Amino acid sequence: MANNIIKDGAITTDSFVIVETADQFPAEGHVLISLDLWPELKAQFNPEKHSLGIKVSGDAELESFQDLLSVAAMVAIEFPVFRDGRGYSLARLVRERAGFKGELRAMGDVLRDQLFYLKRCGFTSFAVREDRSLEDALQGLTDFSVTYQADCAEPRPIYQRRP
Amino acid sequence: MYVYTQYDQQLLNERVAQYRGQTERYLSGELSDEEFLALRLQNGLYVQRHAPMLRVAVPYGTLNSQQVRTLAKIARDYDKGYAHVSTRQNFQFNWPALELVPDILQQLADVQMHAIQTSGNCIRNVTTDQFAGVARDEREDPRPYCEIIRQWSTFHPEFAYLPRKFKIAVCAADEDRAAMKFHDIGVEITAGQSGETTFSIWAGGGLGRTPMVAEKITEGLEPRYLLSYLEAILRVYNRYGRRDNKYKARIKILVKALGVAEFREKVEAEWQHLKDTEMDLPAAEIELMKSYFQPPAYQALADDPDSLQAMRQQDAGFSVWLNQNCQPHKQAGYMAVNLSLKSTGQAPGDLSDDALNAIADLADEFSFGEVRTTHKQNMVLPDVRQDQLYDLWQKLKTLGFATANIGCLTDIICCPGGEFCSLANAKSIPVAEEIQRRFDNLDYLYDLGDIELNISGCMNACGHHHIGNIGILGVDKKGEEFYQITLGGNSGLNANIGKIVGPSFAENDVTDAVAKVIDVFVESRIEGESFLSTYERIGIQPFKERIYGQ
Repeated sequence: MANNIIKDGAITTDSFVIVETADQFPAEGHVLISLDLWPELKAQFNPEKHSLGIKVSGDAELESFQDLLSVAAMVAIEFPVFRDGRGYSLARLVRERAGFKGELRAMGDVLRDQLFYLKRCGFTSFAVREDRSLEDALQGLTDFSVTYQADCAEPRPIYQRRP
Repeated sequence: MYVYTQYDQQLLNERVAQYRGQTERYLSGELSDEEFLALRLQNGLYVQRHAPMLRVAVPYGTLNSQQVRTLAKIARDYDKGYAHVSTRQNFQFNWPALELVPDILQQLADVQMHAIQTSGNCIRNVTTDQFAGVARDEREDPRPYCEIIRQWSTFHPEFAYLPRKFKIAVCAADEDRAAMKFHDIGVEITAGQSGETTFSIWAGGGLGRTPMVAEKITEGLEPRYLLSYLEAILRVYNRYGRRDNKYKARIKILVKALGVAEFREKVEAEWQHLKDTEMDLPAAEIELMKSYFQPPAYQALADDPDSLQAMRQQDAGFSVWLNQNCQPHKQAGYMAVNLSLKSTGQAPGDLSDDALNAIADLADEFSFGEVRTTHKQNMVLPDVRQDQLYDLWQKLKTLGFATANIGCLTDIICCPGGEFCSLANAKSIPVAEEIQRRFDNLDYLYDLGDIELNISGCMNACGHHHIGNIGILGVDKKGEEFYQITLGGNSGLNANIGKIVGPSFAENDVTDAVAKVIDVFVESRIEGESFLSTYERIGIQPFKERIYGQ
């Protein structure tokens, strides 16, 4: 069954299906594959029929999946617990270092009170933890209207844009 | 001092609203204890032995009188009538009700104060020299750079969930009064070859279970690169710092594990991507920040005026206080004055609401409305006219802040300890008091000279015991409180971690042991030698022999 997620600031149905074994691979559509499983599943991937989402953990090195970024429509970074902040740095590297323009998704222990930071680090979609309300989480995206640092939406820190 | 723009104020107001919502969601059961824990900690709210403790940020230790009056009001309305100055120049309240914290934050926000990132695994309040801007031995005023760092670190989106807490100190003087080398990052303002401002960046210092002196990561850094360099260090730490064990999660462990060369290599590699981008600080921004820290309207006065000389000769008590508690000033005719919060019987760093109000009045009357907190848990009036010192001294005496013991054995740094803190293994305030009582003869104290004595109630080292010339650490031995003594710690530029002298002592024996240490010093010193110099010359053995009677 498809889940709802927050994407581009609205609640929407997730179009990606998680694929962990060869027989789960659909004939067409959006597939989300963990970086570890990609070597064994990639034979079934057909760029004309499939859209690729690649799932990595927060401690992954950018180099370990950088060559997939030209193929992937989506990168999902997994947060094992919300306090594990490695995914924030990795997201910025995916956006700013590698120039990835596709969907960047936060998965795992993703909660309302982290959403504003996550968005600023380049995440565009959020698979909010299942027991939490998406409507409620949405409000986390607009906690602040002002920021000091550069981020993925505003490349100029405050000192480059003082009125 | 820095004055908030509309932009800064808006950020703060939005923060209060956010935290109010988080508190409501916690109280309604929507947020779990664990989820709220991380949120309240980023806001300086601990749950302690008796009640929550709220830590309020005092950015680089600078306050105006209006802010001090607000702290007094909070102490009166939400606490039991007192507040506490911490070793990181912050204020702590020990009895606020959790559900009223949003109201406290609103009152703070109204005077441009907050509790943002005063605890939790994030970048904490930046600290510096309490004599910033007025010290004679200063190369440059560090406060504009402190404010630049404050803004950069406030709600930094990438660094809110670091492996562990992260503390930055800035030092710009010949004497390091901010203990820079015991911070996660120490920013040292240095002078380049033609006198231009450059920075040395130190990283990996810290106290706690594994005390370490910071390593120099780079030098000769241009000011425009300050933030990109800090960001590179934080990114390396956020990505590679250990998260499996909280006692091994500080950046010092990462620097040690990688070795300084490899750590530096990683930072420099990251920095290559961040420098020469929009992260570079424009000269205009640095000038803008400097404009906030222009000297107040000093009078053209001479040093050591006749009236001061006369009072010094007339009143020996005043003369002693002047020598001990007043600091030379950049501006002729002025001095910076230490208010000692270390009178015997007063918990080090504690202040009542009345005392806070009185200090605010003194700041208005004598020091252009400004006051500082120090990492040694005292307060400072930074800009006092020398011809008004006698008047000020008399008022300080009435208030109990004129104890002429700054830098002495009884100017003890001390954490709240086991009576208040749920982390502590042992009490610390009664130990401090006992030592103060034993060494209550001021002439003897002055004869001993500068001695830093620091007390922590546990390994977390909030009382900086490792860097006291004499350090006392509370330890738990099968449910009983014992105290370990270290010697030779030094918080300055010749940073050093104290050595354990031997087996620990029961509470009743600590002061005797300290007295024996002092006896050895007095007997062994060569004319004019400080405690630390004597210790460095004769080593720990003579102290050991005296204490343990071998």
